[in-house]
Amino acid sequence: MTRQIRWAAAFCLLLTALLLLNAARIQIVQSATYDDNPANRRQDIARYSQPRGDIYVGGRPVTGSEDTGEQLRYERTYKNGPLYAPVTGYASQVYGSTLLENTEDRILSGTSPLLSPLPFLGDLTREPQPGGRVHTTIEPAMQRAAYDGLGGKQGAVAAIEPSTGKILALVSTPSYDPGLLSGNGITAARHWSRLNAAASKPMLNRAIRQTYPPGSAFKVVTAAAALDAGVITDVDAPTNSPDPYRLPGTSTALGNEVKGCANASLRYAFTWSCNTVFAHLGVDVGLGAMAGTAQRFGFNTRGLRIPSPVATSNFDTSMDKAQLALSSIGQYDTTATPLQMAMVASAVAAGGDLKAPYLVDRATDASGDTVSLPQPRSLRQAFNPATAAVLRELMVEVVEKGTGRNAAIPGAVVGGKTGTAQHGFGNTGLPYAWFISWAQPADSAAPAVAVAVVVEDASAVRDDISGGGSAAPIARAVMEAGLVRAGAGGRWR
Amino acid sequence: MTGSTADFKDLKDLAGLTDPRDAAVTGAGPMRRRGVELALLVLAVGLSVCGYVSVGLARHGVVPPGAAGYGAGLGVLALVAHLAVRLRAPYADPLLLPSAVLLNGLGLVLIYRLDQETPLDQAAPAQLVWSTVGVGLFILVVLALRDHRTLQRYAYLSGLAALALLTVPIFFPPVNGARLWVRIGGLSLQPGEFAKILLAVFFAAYLAANRSALAYAGRRVLWMRLPTGRVLGPVVAIWLVSVAVLVVERDLGTSLLFFGLFVILLFVATGRKGWLAVGLLLGSAGAYAAARLEPHVHARVTDWLHPLASIEAGEGPNQLAQSLFAFAAGGMLGTGLGKGESILIGFAAKSDFILATAGEELGLVGLSAVFVLYGVLVARGYRTGLALRDAFGRLLAVGLASILALQVFVIAGGVMGLIPLTGMAMPFLAQGGSSVVTNWIMVALLIRLSDSGRRRPEEGAV
Repeated sequence: MTRQIRWAAAFCLLLTALLLLNAARIQIVQSATYDDNPANRRQDIARYSQPRGDIYVGGRPVTGSEDTGEQLRYERTYKNGPLYAPVTGYASQVYGSTLLENTEDRILSGTSPLLSPLPFLGDLTREPQPGGRVHTTIEPAMQRAAYDGLGGKQGAVAAIEPSTGKILALVSTPSYDPGLLSGNGITAARHWSRLNAAASKPMLNRAIRQTYPPGSAFKVVTAAAALDAGVITDVDAPTNSPDPYRLPGTSTALGNEVKGCANASLRYAFTWSCNTVFAHLGVDVGLGAMAGTAQRFGFNTRGLRIPSPVATSNFDTSMDKAQLALSSIGQYDTTATPLQMAMVASAVAAGGDLKAPYLVDRATDASGDTVSLPQPRSLRQAFNPATAAVLRELMVEVVEKGTGRNAAIPGAVVGGKTGTAQHGFGNTGLPYAWFISWAQPADSAAPAVAVAVVVEDASAVRDDISGGGSAAPIARAVMEAGLVRAGAGGRWR
Repeated sequence: MTGSTADFKDLKDLAGLTDPRDAAVTGAGPMRRRGVELALLVLAVGLSVCGYVSVGLARHGVVPPGAAGYGAGLGVLALVAHLAVRLRAPYADPLLLPSAVLLNGLGLVLIYRLDQETPLDQAAPAQLVWSTVGVGLFILVVLALRDHRTLQRYAYLSGLAALALLTVPIFFPPVNGARLWVRIGGLSLQPGEFAKILLAVFFAAYLAANRSALAYAGRRVLWMRLPTGRVLGPVVAIWLVSVAVLVVERDLGTSLLFFGLFVILLFVATGRKGWLAVGLLLGSAGAYAAARLEPHVHARVTDWLHPLASIEAGEGPNQLAQSLFAFAAGGMLGTGLGKGESILIGFAAKSDFILATAGEELGLVGLSAVFVLYGVLVARGYRTGLALRDAFGRLLAVGLASILALQVFVIAGGVMGLIPLTGMAMPFLAQGGSSVVTNWIMVALLIRLSDSGRRRPEEGAV
């Protein structure tokens, strides 16, 4: 009997060993698989178990967290939600997150290893790190000026500090309140379907995710290409261009909205936005040089992130001469995001030095200690400094006596370029009114702010003045706010 | 012929000659070791109080107001039980009582912890009352049962009582698909739990009395000799009836438990490996038939094979999947008491699935400690069986230890996806009055048996 008892005991030992091995299998070997199963709510519960870190604009939080007492405890709230939605994006318990809420999620949710002084200790105690703070480069007064300027219209504004690439304003209208999507209830679901179904696409970030034909605003690029390539050596010399201009290889004749464009100088053509001169000029410069210059400005460059991904602006690289002519005045397949056009103005303002635009000034932990401090970064020298000087002179003239007089600011040097882009099948859509510009305080050596404004419904005024009419005043308001900031030493607080 | 040496050994066994290895156990001297037991009890109560305080700190940031009362209550229970053992079973194994107290204390901590998630359903106070009743019965058994051989006289009575207890729930409405409960007034009892002990007593007594006949008499069929029907009949009959009753009540975990107990005891009593083969064969056939014919069982097997199937089907995770999620979330060290999300399991989180809370909040380390604690109880039960001289005592000790081992394996394996899930209470840990009371009686019997086994041979039983 003793032997059998030992056998039975050994059997029980085997059962215990099986249980221990199985426990190790579930808890160690397969643990990660079960943890990552989407039906396992633990990650969601943990994520929302503490207040999310806040996004700061001008030293003040524009977000918050609300304790709901539900299983997913904290919900995101927003102050001035529609104003900052193109910056913050939303952070929803159901629909994920976008923009800074998405790209900076690891800081905001507290999961970033940057926040943990001793990462290994965190793994051991499983104490959640409080969410960190993200300070944006946005200047509240400029953001407000841009948002109010656009009013109820569809459009977007992007403003950049030319010397650093800091994004000072990023506005898209119509906007929405991201706080409506934070929760997981039926109201969030209703708002979600309503916002997605809306024809005005309020959740589309037009400043960085939508491309528009830039129209005449693109002439800055064409002028830069012509000056860099040496096709134009004297801005006051006649350009030998006919008016109207018959597009090469076609019977289509291109005309102008203004007079005096036949054989006009580059200065006159730029100031009054002669289509014929720039279309002709683009063909003279040639496809290779035009595309090269456009690319150095940032066109055709995939993967730009601010840190949210920016839609790629386009300048075709294989076209016939008629298409090249149209592309050189910002039509045909040439498209650009408002941010891209702000980069164009910024590059001119900074003497050709194109800075990488960025939105996150710094990230700190919950107690305010900086954990990440992005540095300004040059993308490339877009064109010769000598070319930059000429372009600045031309842009100043546009504001002083040309199409952009609405953007003039007393006591400051302002350079700009208007644009009106036709679009839609047979150009039946409402035109887009553009204005790109930069402003330099009178007592300063360099421009303090570069702006691009696009207004989608420019009241059907189909001439180049509309860019100066509806977009330039918005740009002026944004620049004025930017000059106040520059006057205060370039710092809030 | 074959196995004749084994037969010879068994004859020696029958003649009362013992294996020299047994002498080593009993010959170790009359060590009482009550001091060791007391020290371990202090440790067990202390650990339980630490767990209770830890839950309070994790949930509310303060030491829970009931901590002192809880500690005092558990401490008094342990102390009184210890005094009873000191008085009437001074030679008992010193590991049995502390292991049981620690498991019971941990169970109370886990239930209290889960109560924090269900403010309207507080189970810990009732469980503390049931634990008190259990310890009371423990003391009663230790004090009243002076010699375990007394139980041998009541073998048939035990068998009949077990059958009666198993049959009663059929006359009550089913709860969650199984007829296991008897509701009287506000109390709901699970008679099958008590039947475990009675069946173990019956099997042990009957097999002790008839083991030579079972081993050697009877006809040869193929390679093995079957016992005569007259000897085997009552055992098989009572076993068949009990299993049939359980199948009717759809409590397959308990069926499995009784079947395993029966096979182990038959093997230990007769020493014939053939019984193991027959047992395994019958068991597999029964399990296969149940899985094929009984939709309830079929669903459990399907869940076991594909625990995440309901997620892929878009129906969300089922209980087993939630249980696996909980264990996985625990990892090596666990989330810490009060910080897991095992309440997501929902129904039966405090009873059948309580081990998932232990797994999630104490991690693999804590879960292994729990398994080792059960292992200690089982091992000491087997040790008791080896130390005893009388066949009934040996079989009873082995039977009780085996019940514990099988029950832990069936339910722990079930909630962790090792075997198909069958509803059963985790001994001492799970919410449930009948279960905790039964387990305390089992420990009392083991204490009584080990006291007899470890006593100096010349002293004999009291």
